[in-house]
Amino acid sequence: MTDVNIIDQSDDESGQSREVLMNLGPQHPSTHGVLRLLLQMDGEIVKRIEPHIGLLHRGTEKLCENFTYTQIFPLTDRLDYLCQPSNNLGYALAVEALLGIKAPERAQYIRVMMAELSRISGHLLITGALPMDLGAMTTLLYTMRDREMIMDIMEMISGARMHTSYCRVGGVREDLPEGCLERILEFCNIFEHRIADYESLVGNNRVFLARVENVGNITGEDAIALGLSGPCLRASGIDWDIRRDAPYEIYDQLDFKVIVRTDGDCYDRWKCRVDEMRESLKMVRQCIAQMRPGPFLIDDPKIAFPVNKDLLAHSMEAHIHHFKLAAEGFKVPKGEVYTAIEAPKGELGFYIISDGTEKPFRVKIRAPSFVNLQALTRRTTNMKYLADVIAMIGSLDPVMKEVDK
Amino acid sequence: MGSLTAQYKDSVLFTTSENIINWSRKSSLWPETFGIACCAIEMIAAGCARYDLDRFGVVFRSSPRQSDVMIIAGTVTKKMAPIIRRLYDQMPEPRYVIAMGTCAISGGVYNTYSVVQGSDLFVPVDVHVAGCPPRPDALLHGIVLLQQKITGSRDLKQQV
Repeated sequence: MTDVNIIDQSDDESGQSREVLMNLGPQHPSTHGVLRLLLQMDGEIVKRIEPHIGLLHRGTEKLCENFTYTQIFPLTDRLDYLCQPSNNLGYALAVEALLGIKAPERAQYIRVMMAELSRISGHLLITGALPMDLGAMTTLLYTMRDREMIMDIMEMISGARMHTSYCRVGGVREDLPEGCLERILEFCNIFEHRIADYESLVGNNRVFLARVENVGNITGEDAIALGLSGPCLRASGIDWDIRRDAPYEIYDQLDFKVIVRTDGDCYDRWKCRVDEMRESLKMVRQCIAQMRPGPFLIDDPKIAFPVNKDLLAHSMEAHIHHFKLAAEGFKVPKGEVYTAIEAPKGELGFYIISDGTEKPFRVKIRAPSFVNLQALTRRTTNMKYLADVIAMIGSLDPVMKEVDK
Repeated sequence: MGSLTAQYKDSVLFTTSENIINWSRKSSLWPETFGIACCAIEMIAAGCARYDLDRFGVVFRSSPRQSDVMIIAGTVTKKMAPIIRRLYDQMPEPRYVIAMGTCAISGGVYNTYSVVQGSDLFVPVDVHVAGCPPRPDALLHGIVLLQQKITGSRDLKQQV
């Protein structure tokens, strides 16, 4: 619900100009959660935007300091709640860098496959939600239908629809269940045709195009100055993707194209995501093709539970390790590390300082949504009308939990 | 009464006004479009094609003035709680509240300086739906429970 408060009736003596301070959100269907914007309006024209955040600040970073390294995984799930495996992966990589270990190859493939599937699920939601914000409800119903297929796959693999917590330091929790890869391939076959449907359903819609084309343009220079990342950056013509330029896990063995567009308007950001889904699909297929049987978790009893569960019944040593690990967690050597991954929203970084105990001393999360939201200002974009602001919010695709942490 | 029922059994339905009112209330529970956090995604999923809340008469409305039920779908922070209370106050009576998810029920894992430990601290909650986040089926179950609660209610009798 928007509240309108008229602060000053007239700017000048004649009363010609009437500027109104308007409150958009936090309860507004188009603000993607609990974003609150204070808009200074001259009629329908937006003069100034002041975002108010923190309405969903839950103290995740502080909470991390009280949790063991393994217990933090569920918290990372709840950052960008559209693509949990990506967040898990980002955090796992940071801890693994501190420990100086690497996950086995199969685990890396599984993680990357999950991350790409989650990228599709995150992009799918915004593919449908942006048109919905602009008044076209139908697309969301279609995209959510396809998203359910991914949710089913996630549930099959991890047991949970949304908050998977599937990654572990040094690998993944369990091996893939039987019949899972066939299921994913089936999804790929179905979904590949659906992307074209969305492109023609939404991308050719004249009303949609009128609302998003040449609205909220961000130049490449501005995008870099603002620190944007992910599709928001690439839509502005900057060819930068951490998956290709600083590859982690097995991304260097995958063949994919980095989607770059030139205009940097709302349409390009939307289109960039649609095209990225296609690339992600390609990567998922490649992961399945290249995946070989092998261990899915690192073989180090000090860090991970034994892969062979029978060991616990026979070996006293394994039992002790299991108990220590479950009760206390594992110690991480002193030091600090920053690792970044290309999450669906952009560069997701974890900066962890360890003091040598089982719990991190400090965790700083570089959340892409938080940085991307900065672009929501009049200075850098050509948003003119109130309706453009809605398109801009939708195309920046902020997840407020990631913004507020 | 008995003879009337026998006479008009195919064309006239005899019931109490209370039943009719409760029936109409439970059959058109309109929640607010108000997602706070992760649970909102499952709420959307419940409203979309597969789970289809519409068949229960549940249609999302954007304004609290038009809605009957508030689904608190996500973590309520101390900054957010007064706003939710205000939205609740804006809803016309009779109004109902569903606390969806562990965060809304009790704060869950987020026992921190900024999170309200349960939304029943500031609004009266009718149904708690457990889970983190609850599956859409669980939300459906919560709505059915709320409908049962409404049908069993004796509001009119008390007023008279």
